[in-house]
Amino acid sequence: MNTSTKLEYSEKVVDHFTNPRNMGSIENASGVGTVGNAKCGDIMRVYLDIDDGGFIRDVKFKTFGCGAAIATSSMATELVKGKHIKDALAMTNKSVMDALDGLPQVKIHCSLLAEEAMHAALWDYAQKKGITIEGLKKPKSDIHEDEHDHDHVAEEEED
Amino acid sequence: MNIKRTYGTNMPKTIYLDNAATTAVKREVFDAMAPYFTEQYGNPSSIHEFGARCGVACDEARAKVAKVIGANPQEIYFTSGGTESDNWAIKSTAYAKKEKGRHIITTRIEHHAVMETCEFLKRDGFDVTFLDVDDQGLVDPAKLEAAIRPDTILISVIYANNEIGTVQPIAEIGRIARARGVLFHTDAVQAFGHVPIDVDAENIDLLSASGHKIHGPKGIGFLYMRKGVKLPPLMHGGHHERGRRAGTLNVPGIVGLGKAAEIAGAEMAANAERVTALRDRLIKGMLSEIPHSRLNGHPTKRLPGNANLSFRFVEGESLLMMVDEKGVSASTGSACASGSLDPSHVLLAIGLPHEIAHGSLRFSLSEDNTEEEIDYAVEAVREVVERLRSMSPLYEDAVKAGGA
Repeated sequence: MNTSTKLEYSEKVVDHFTNPRNMGSIENASGVGTVGNAKCGDIMRVYLDIDDGGFIRDVKFKTFGCGAAIATSSMATELVKGKHIKDALAMTNKSVMDALDGLPQVKIHCSLLAEEAMHAALWDYAQKKGITIEGLKKPKSDIHEDEHDHDHVAEEEED
Repeated sequence: MNIKRTYGTNMPKTIYLDNAATTAVKREVFDAMAPYFTEQYGNPSSIHEFGARCGVACDEARAKVAKVIGANPQEIYFTSGGTESDNWAIKSTAYAKKEKGRHIITTRIEHHAVMETCEFLKRDGFDVTFLDVDDQGLVDPAKLEAAIRPDTILISVIYANNEIGTVQPIAEIGRIARARGVLFHTDAVQAFGHVPIDVDAENIDLLSASGHKIHGPKGIGFLYMRKGVKLPPLMHGGHHERGRRAGTLNVPGIVGLGKAAEIAGAEMAANAERVTALRDRLIKGMLSEIPHSRLNGHPTKRLPGNANLSFRFVEGESLLMMVDEKGVSASTGSACASGSLDPSHVLLAIGLPHEIAHGSLRFSLSEDNTEEEIDYAVEAVREVVERLRSMSPLYEDAVKAGGA
């Protein structure tokens, strides 16, 4: 039984974990995306409120997961708030990590989840609007008890 | 009340509830050790008086340790700790008896020091049976007996589990092992000095224990090896420890272990009573104050100081970090805290689904804790769980579905 990796977290990670930005939900959101699964120990849900011009008016998140999962969710929402959906789509796990001054090696998959959650919410928005967002693919993972999707780990190892 | 960590004011700096990880060295233990660093620094292997005096101190410690488990001092071999003792007992039994057989029986809830050693032997051609446990973490002695084969050379069962605290029916298992002529090893790292152990009455052949779980120093432990059980050394080198364990004796550590064992043995009954009351206060408080919480392990057959609880819809590492912010030190079986994706093998072995195992915390108490600290911890955990649930998509879904 291991204790926390807290000491390896940057000050920014601890700050965003302790005081998460944009935590909550949005009623009648333009798009909602949920990725991860409880089996792996992290689930992220992103809510987007997008105006007619394609700008993200508001963004909220809910996350079940470790300190890094909560911090990356918080930072990801900060990065896209007020931005155009194209800019939101361009947000990568790396940009989230950089904004947090890095993550411990074993926590890199959390940042991938943040990127995937954002894409899933954008996908939901596109589906609802009946539009195509160039470069956006159908989200690959979703909360599903039986499916132990470890794709994000493989990507971490390539990192 | 909204608890914030308040150094130097009304609440203590740290409420330490992680005594299964390690304990504070008692002042008396530290004082007993001190002269052996700077004044009595001799090597017990030396012929001269200066060294021999340290050998005498080690033998006094050996007798104190032996007394706690009803052993003969000559059956105690000092090691670097529980991990070395486990490795020694299992690997040396395996290699010494491999002509007789290659089958080892152990459980699904062993400490990594036993589990990984058995996995290592498996890769080396041994056959290992990992016995299931019930939902409270108990091994079924009948299932254990049924698993014994003509080629079984060792049974290794953890005395009391480090995560969920369940104490096994060791006397019953020992009786079966003895009757069937199989060596019986127990990892008693969490049990030694906390619950009564009698190696003869319980038919234990090999027992591992450590100093730092009983207010002794780190880096010292021992292997009890029953007279007549002659295991080859794991550490090769000089003729220390009657040729069984090479390496210059860690004299201050041994003296500290001896002192700690002496105190733990003398105060065991009183400590157990006090700590059990604190433990039950904590368990009762958390279960009544925090909805969707559950106790892991056996309600009564558990270590006096162990409380392991799961809180649904939240994850253990974030829980741990947030209660740490409030000054409470605990431990978790969540995967996210270990860097792997699977939560604790022990929590899975007792049948917890992954998502519930992820949200577990272990509180391990000592006699130094107070009721005030326990009440503070209950309130701190209650607040943190509430906050994390407000952030949890799982909780949101459960509320919508009417399940929370």
